[in-house]
Amino acid sequence: MKNKILPIILTFVFIIIFFVFYKGLQNSNIYTPKVEFKKIIPSFEAKIFDSDDKISSNQIFNREKFYLLNIWASWCVPCREEHPYLMNLMKNKDIEIVGLNYKDDIKNAKLFLKELNNPYKIILSDDDGIIAIEWGAYGVPESFLIYDNKIIKKIIGPINNIRILELEELIK
Amino acid sequence: MKSLKFFLIIFFLNSSFSSASENNLKIKITKNLRCLICQGQSIYDSDSNFANSVKVLVEKKLDEGLSEKKIYSYLKDKYGQWILYDPKFDKNTYFLWLLPVFFFLIGGAIIFKLFIIKRN
Repeated sequence: MKNKILPIILTFVFIIIFFVFYKGLQNSNIYTPKVEFKKIIPSFEAKIFDSDDKISSNQIFNREKFYLLNIWASWCVPCREEHPYLMNLMKNKDIEIVGLNYKDDIKNAKLFLKELNNPYKIILSDDDGIIAIEWGAYGVPESFLIYDNKIIKKIIGPINNIRILELEELIK
Repeated sequence: MKSLKFFLIIFFLNSSFSSASENNLKIKITKNLRCLICQGQSIYDSDSNFANSVKVLVEKKLDEGLSEKKIYSYLKDKYGQWILYDPKFDKNTYFLWLLPVFFFLIGGAIIFKLFIIKRN
């Protein structure tokens, strides 16, 4: 009986290790963050794009309507892909699009908007990326749907047809 | 004149020591933060846009006088537990924390059985 305890324990330990690794294999190795809904938006002050003036978040998100904060940059290829969708969304009067120009060269950013048009009500500059961190963003492009100073939806990656439909459903 | 020189030396030494200790703290904090968009790299090791922004933010928060703990909790609030390398003890990490203890006890029991009981 005594000699049997060790193999039983070893088998048990092996099964546990096998189970842990087997479960780990099924998980994606790409980190997908949990998005907390109804989180209150951060309060910050930012430089207005192409100007030396500053504006606070309270002055931007001050009305009871939907806002979409879109983080973009001229060097970001997916931003180019999502831009036509933003241009279409701009036509919706229930929503205002606020741009956050992320770590960009102002000349290139202006050329980007000249080429693809400007869907933003206001654009803020985030030269060192700190404002994006305040929002809990990972990079560009990323968008936040805001209502009543709360984040209703977070979109990581470019906006596409499916995401536009989701947004329109929420805005209704 | 001598006392002025002495005061200036003390002043410069003190300021260089304090900036060095702040830099060390910044390095320590960024080494304890996970780069969320990189594979297996800390914020300190990574040169991604995200990591560089977090490095600037940590520096800014240290300048504002926030403690190390407060900086961790600030980033945890923004990005969740995953940004910290030190996982807390909760229902998702029971296994992680208790498995080494379990192995230690099993190992101890085997050693006890093989050597001490046999000797007696």
